[in-house]
Amino acid sequence: MDYNLMREFADSWGLVAMALFFVGAIAFAFRPGSRKLADEAARIPLEDE
Amino acid sequence: MKFGTQIFALSLFTFAALVAAGFGVDEPFRQHMWVLFFVLLGFVFILLRNTNFEVPAPIDPSAYMDGPIRYGAIATMFWGVIGMTVGVVIALQLAYPDLNIQPWFNFGRLRPLHTSGVVFAFGGNALLCTSLYVVQRTCRARLFGGDLAWFVFWGYQLFIVMAATGYLLGITESREYAEPEWYVDIWLTIVWVAYLILFLGTILKRKEPHIYVANWFYLSFIVTIAMLHVINNLSMPASFLGSKSYSAFSGVQDALTQWWYGHNAVGFFLTAGFLGMMYYFVPKQANRPVYSYRLSIIHFWAIIFLYIWAGPHHLHYTALPDWAQTLGMVFSIMLWMPSWGGMINGLMTLSGAWDKLRTDPIIRMMVMAIAFYGMSTFEGPMMSIKSVNSLSHYTDWTIGHVHSGALGWVGMISFGAIYFMVPKLWNRERLYSLRLVTWHFWLATLGIVVYAAVMWVSGVMQGLMWREYDEQGFLVYSFAETVAAMHPYYVMRALGGAMYLAGALIMAWNIAMTILGYQRQEEPMPGTLPVLQPAE
Repeated sequence: MDYNLMREFADSWGLVAMALFFVGAIAFAFRPGSRKLADEAARIPLEDE
Repeated sequence: MKFGTQIFALSLFTFAALVAAGFGVDEPFRQHMWVLFFVLLGFVFILLRNTNFEVPAPIDPSAYMDGPIRYGAIATMFWGVIGMTVGVVIALQLAYPDLNIQPWFNFGRLRPLHTSGVVFAFGGNALLCTSLYVVQRTCRARLFGGDLAWFVFWGYQLFIVMAATGYLLGITESREYAEPEWYVDIWLTIVWVAYLILFLGTILKRKEPHIYVANWFYLSFIVTIAMLHVINNLSMPASFLGSKSYSAFSGVQDALTQWWYGHNAVGFFLTAGFLGMMYYFVPKQANRPVYSYRLSIIHFWAIIFLYIWAGPHHLHYTALPDWAQTLGMVFSIMLWMPSWGGMINGLMTLSGAWDKLRTDPIIRMMVMAIAFYGMSTFEGPMMSIKSVNSLSHYTDWTIGHVHSGALGWVGMISFGAIYFMVPKLWNRERLYSLRLVTWHFWLATLGIVVYAAVMWVSGVMQGLMWREYDEQGFLVYSFAETVAAMHPYYVMRALGGAMYLAGALIMAWNIAMTILGYQRQEEPMPGTLPVLQPAE
């Protein structure tokens, strides 16, 4: 595995994989029904001490 | 026997330090090992004097472990005052070179003492103690691993002492923000892995099903710093008992590794970790949930995916390939989005409770921190644009930018978190004095404004003087002329820093009196008491 191979992987499949993960993470945050769960999660610090 | 294993292990290490002090191959290494010997010896004596043979009281597994956090809060204040004092000293050394005291206290040795002192000792301890405070309270679980938290705390203090004394002795790798030599680096790696196990173990045994977003930020800070630290410090020691090592990389690869480390130390140590602080302590102090939890998740992932590529902007117009420079610039500019998203999220947490700004100086401090987060993360991407960088790079503008982020964002949010935590940790009804917090707030804010404004003027002037040509193509100013022109600004900068330090000293007094259990008799803050209305 030399530099060129890694470089080629990084700007092709590596880039696609990371972009898809990022888009997926955002889509997951906005999935239907997430608002209620998010509002509950936001209250976690306030319910202790 | 209480502390039995600890005393035994520490005695062995003390002896090893003594041997290394005797057989070291260079003078600085031998001196450094003497320092280590006496530090460890002192620690052994303290443990010996506090040991006993009583059966220890059983530990309540449901109670939070706050001992290391209390020590951490005190250590944060202690190192903060030291690091900021050294900062004022080196600012004065730049203005008045006669203040350089050779060889231990010259600018070249004190400057890394200042940067490591405020970043790793003050900021690091603030992150360490707040992360352990937050992870327990948002996971509703006691810290994992028994005394592991004590090892992490004291191990980290030992790293700070070894790094700081090494700089003064002239031991350095000359890598910015990564100056400690190989043996101190190895020690930090051990401590950091223990910290990761401690934090991750606590998350794994949580009773709250959801992992609160502040813990994501803290965890990303711990994991990324481990990766950055190990890779940037890959080096070969010249001797097993010597203070010199050589980097595994050379030339531009070495430079890029260093700035990949350097910028992500800013991104994950000084940003992600302190964002974890913001996402817990701002909602707590305001007593309102964060404005948008889903925005905080996007904030998190965007920072993770963008920050790691921004490092090359430190190497514009160098031997680094052009495409890499452009990549660093483009990713820096994209960082505007998550930075401002996060800033809005923090500020809007106060929507509907803006009156607290008038009555609560701690909220005021946190809001000022978030405002400076927004300002310095706007300025940074702008400075990474190549044409702007050609003016700003190597000038005081960069120093001003760093300090608006460090004093404004990192400092103020840490102060706010400590002011919040200390009365809770020591079971005090309130702080010793809220009026003193107001004094701290204004001294710190005005200090930053003076500092940053002066460095802008000085930096832009410096950059313009360097690139000024006459009609025949000769440079107009010699380097010494630019130095002379900066003198008044250097004096004013030292004044700004001294104001900030004065605020920190007031805070240290306030915190110490709170811990000792005093309450200052003073008029309450305006607006905190209901105003009586005449009956109609």
